[in-house]
Order: sequence, then structure tokens, then C-alpha cells
Amino acid sequence: MLGFGAAVTGALALGRNAALAQSKGASPPADAPWSQSLGAGVVDRPYGNPAEFEAGVIRRNVPWLTAGTESSISFSPLQHLNGIITPNGLFFERYHAGRPDVDPKLHKLMIHGLVERPLLLTMEDIVRFPSVSRIHFIECPANGGMEWRAAQLNSLQFNHGMLSCAEWTGVKLSTLLEEVGVKKEAKWAMVEGADGAHMNRSLPLEKCLDDCLVVYAQNGEALRPEQGYPLRLLVPGWEGNVSIKWLRRIKLGDKPWHSREETSKYTDLMPDGTSRGFTWLIDAKSVITFPCPEKPLHGPGLYEIRGLAWTGHGKVKRVDVSVDGGVNWQTAQLHEPILSKALTRFSLPWRWDGKPALLESRVIDETGYVQPTIVQLRAKRGTNSVYHNNAIQTWQVKADGSVFDVQLS
Amino acid sequence: MSSFREMSSLRRSIGSVMAGASPAMARNERSVSRLKMAAVAIVLSGLSVTTAFAAEPGHFGYGTVPTAEQIAGWDIDARGEDGAGLPPGKGDVAAGEKVFAQQCAVCHGTFGEGEGRFPKLAGGQGTLKDDRPELTIGSYWPFAPTLWDYINRAMPMPTPHTLSADDVYALTAYILNLNNIVPNEFVADRDSLPKVRMPNRDNFIWTDPRPDTAAQPCMSACRDPATVTISSTAEGRDLTPRTTGPLDAMQPK
Repeated sequence: MLGFGAAVTGALALGRNAALAQSKGASPPADAPWSQSLGAGVVDRPYGNPAEFEAGVIRRNVPWLTAGTESSISFSPLQHLNGIITPNGLFFERYHAGRPDVDPKLHKLMIHGLVERPLLLTMEDIVRFPSVSRIHFIECPANGGMEWRAAQLNSLQFNHGMLSCAEWTGVKLSTLLEEVGVKKEAKWAMVEGADGAHMNRSLPLEKCLDDCLVVYAQNGEALRPEQGYPLRLLVPGWEGNVSIKWLRRIKLGDKPWHSREETSKYTDLMPDGTSRGFTWLIDAKSVITFPCPEKPLHGPGLYEIRGLAWTGHGKVKRVDVSVDGGVNWQTAQLHEPILSKALTRFSLPWRWDGKPALLESRVIDETGYVQPTIVQLRAKRGTNSVYHNNAIQTWQVKADGSVFDVQLS
Repeated sequence: MSSFREMSSLRRSIGSVMAGASPAMARNERSVSRLKMAAVAIVLSGLSVTTAFAAEPGHFGYGTVPTAEQIAGWDIDARGEDGAGLPPGKGDVAAGEKVFAQQCAVCHGTFGEGEGRFPKLAGGQGTLKDDRPELTIGSYWPFAPTLWDYINRAMPMPTPHTLSADDVYALTAYILNLNNIVPNEFVADRDSLPKVRMPNRDNFIWTDPRPDTAAQPCMSACRDPATVTISSTAEGRDLTPRTTGPLDAMQPK
């Protein structure tokens, strides 16, 4: 029976493809071929995949940016995404020593240093702790880093795609620290990964006890290897680099460690030659995701300008949109849910008259912070600080509907 | 299933102890009461605080106490500012030159100049205010022990954390010497590295000064339309990999 079923399904699949090719543009009034055939059965794909027509919706990299792909970054295709949740297969990647394949049976988390009771936890131990689920974005602070000097990359994906958002499930770091007992001299935590980079960062204890999570699940399933399987730290609202993946060790101490990743990297060089360190917070930022260079307009008429806004300070309060390069602004509609330290959707109906336009969005967060222009940021930080470019993005719409990444004076 | 049962029994036990209080509050209360009990124990028996707590399991009691050997295996960090955590051992510039040639030069170049797009390790001092600054260990890194720590934990890239402590000390000495920060006869060890004064040591501000912009949410006639001009465009720059079809292998032109 099984063999017969498989043969029938196979024959139908072939016939369907052939019919598809012939019937282009034939429906309606004709039934489409998939309306007159038997589809594949359950567990045809035991783990589901996107439709084959979505094959171009993938993470992409900028090959010239890094020496190789093992210490590099890929970008989420924001131009194709809807809603606030990034599908797990499209979540942006950042590795410092490639993607390790960690065996969860062998993986352990050690908590030690200035604690009353050092602890070694297996994955089985960790999932026994009370669990919480939270929706938070992760953004690499180098997102938009190629645009400090000038508009360079004509793409939403490459200029803003070091950004993703997921529902994370795990245990509060405060629960684990309470379990080991924090000594009163402890002021900092050193968090470390099990990858070849043994990636480590220092975090102030207050943040650890505030809202950090040690998570093992992402959008309902186990973390993907790309995002730290089987265990990662999640530091809401702070630069992605501190959310250590493949988390294996937390050590409490009285001072920060000044690791390579918080001195040589992830520090912001200012025009006067000084550098800012421990600039963890992701400031408020927004971007129009439609239209964008990858998704141009097709003729005048009514469009819905769509976008995303986010802030490490908490919640998005308001987003304004300009179609004339920042001369006049209209307040966009925010879409529920509006969650703390999560992506928030906004939209604004726009009747495009077919004339050139300069589209911008500007977010204001619950602290009253207003997203700056690139000119305002450069005035304070010059062009060599690499990280934390949260400038307003300008999209130039030409009369033919094509869209380009530009910067305004 | 087992974790669900555990959680259910946990809720019940907390509920019976502190009706109406959140589990977190209940745990805090318990911590406080444990503290009080421990304090009493110290007064009565003269035990040290550490001893009293070390014997006591946590609230959940999951996991095991790592052995000294287990901790030693993973406790690899060395702190930048004071070198706390640097292990015994030593290495000099001459030894470092040999290890560097074998383990590092293929990517970083014989003199740390960097091959291809791999990082340059030496030079760049005095360029941080330039239009195109060169950020290297000599020009940028604030603390020498961080160099030992980073080489030890992350290098060589294909086989990280496989070098001996002595070899890492030797490499540290060699790279500092390439940057003219230490003399040829320098020996790197846990005492000497924290004393090395890195040229850029005092140029870091460790307190975030943001917000450093004060944009206003103006709504209409916010600027003269005549001043709205495009200062740069990505159009025609030929830097953007393709965003449709298969992945692009685009390299610098």
C-alpha cells in the first residue's frame, strides 16, 4: 500500500508540474492545476519548508566585508518579512569562530566566582527551573555600520538586516543567580560561550538581575545552532554581542574583564581619538520596510508604507513618516502588540502621485528619545565609530518607482 | 513531563508557605530566612560565612557542585586591567617569533601586517584621529593581559585554545614587541603583563554618554525644502551584492 501511494503521489507531482508550465495565466476561468489534482500527504515533509517559490527569501552576506564566512555576519531579509517575529531559518547570524554543533547531552553551564554555591547544570537541570517566554529583538550594534560615511549599500537587507526578533523561552538569569547565591562583593558577570572563540563579555550585575534570560527555545522550538543551540544568554535591548551563544559559563566578579570583544571591538572611536566602551544600549531606531530598494513601487496609486521600530529603552511610543525628506511628518499607526524591547510594526497609507519622493521614518520611544538623522549623529560621533548607527533611513523614490538608499545633507 | 510535575509541586509548596505571594517573593523571603539562620549559626559556632553557605543546597537543588578540577578546566579568563586569572608560565620575544611564524603568520603576516583581509596586529599608532584610522593592538588595545586572554581563548582560528600557556605568553611578548611597546628582552608572565602600559590605555571612556543627540519631533515645515539635497547615494556604487537568486560571491573591485 505504501509503495503504491508513493508511486501515485510521485506521478501526480510530475503531472502537476508539467500542467503548471502549460497553464500559465489560464486561471481563472479555468481551474488551476493544483485545483484538479491530489496534493502531497501529511508527513511528506516531516519538518516543513517554505514554498519553493520563496527560494530567494534567504539570509545573505556581503562577501567583501570579512576575510571569510566563519567570523562574519549574515543579514535577515527584512524586505520579505511580515509581522514582528523572524522565522528561525531567517534569523541573522553572527559568528566569531563559525557555527559549532554542540551536543546537548554533553553541554553544561557552570556558574562560579563570587557565589556562595558554585553550580554545574546540565540541559536537563536547566529546563527544570521555572520558565518564562518573552518576545525580544536582537540587533548587532554594527547594523548600518557601513553607512557612517555615506550611502553605500542599496538594500534594506544589507543596511538593516543585522536585526531579528523572536519569542525566547528559558529561565531568568536572576533565578539562577539566586540559586547560587550572589556574594555581596560581586558587581559584574563574565559570560562565556562554548564556541571556538570562547566568546566572552562582562555584564553589570544589575542588568543580569533585571531582565536577562538564559534561553533554550526560540519561537517554540529548540534554539537553532545558528542562535546558540542548546543554550544562549538573552540580554534584552542591549547590543547583540552580549547575548552570548552556546553559553557555558557565568563567573561573577568585582570588576569588569575588559575582554577583547569589549575593548578592541564593540567600542566606538570618536573624532577626538577617544573611544566609548560599554555602550551596550540599542538606541531607538526605525526603518521603512516597504517600499525599499528590493521592493519598489509599481505605478502611482494608494500604497501602505510599512515599517519596523524598536528601542532598547523599552517600548516604542510613536513613529512619524515623511515623504518629503523630513520637511513635514505624519504620525503612523502602530500595530499591536507593542512590547518592550521588541520589534513594533507601523504603517501609513500613502497616495503616491508618481513624482520623486524622499521617504523617512522617525521613532520616539517611551523615554521621549527621538531618532536622530545621520547628520546629527556625525556631528557628535564622526564617521569612524562603526557601531550604534541608529540614524533615520532615507529612501529615494524615483518617478519610475525604483527606490534607492540615499543620505541627505 | 517530569519537569512539569516538578513545577507543579513547587507551586504547591510555595503556595502553602506563602499564600498570595509571588514565587519570586517567596524565594526572596526564604533567602532572607536562610541568611538569618546562617548568621545565628556563625554566632553560635564561630563558623565562617563561606563554610556555612557552601554546605547548604540552593532552593531548587538541581545540578551538581563542580569539582575544583572541573572549574580549573573552564576557568580560563584573565582580566584586562589587573591580569587576575593569568596562569603560571612565561615566554619571551624570541620564542614568540618562532611560534608566530608557525601558528599565526599565515593570516596575520610575518610582522603582523595582516594577509588579505585578516587583521593587522601592528602599527597604526597615532592614527586614531585620522580620516582612516588603523586600529591595531599597538594603536588601540588598552590592556596587555587581554591580549594573552584573547590569544589563549580564540586563537589560532582553526584550532583555538590548543596552545600552551608558555606559547601564549611568548606570542604576547612578540606582538607587543612588534608594536614597539616592550623591548627585545621582554619576558611575558603573570607579573609583567599587567605592568605593561598600552599606548591607548587612557583614551577609553567606560561610561556611556548617550543620549548624545537631542533631535526634536517637529511635525511641519521642519526645514527649508530648498536645503533638502541628496549628499550621497548608493545608486551606481557597485558595492551591493544581489538580493535575488542565489548567494552572491561579490569581492572588492
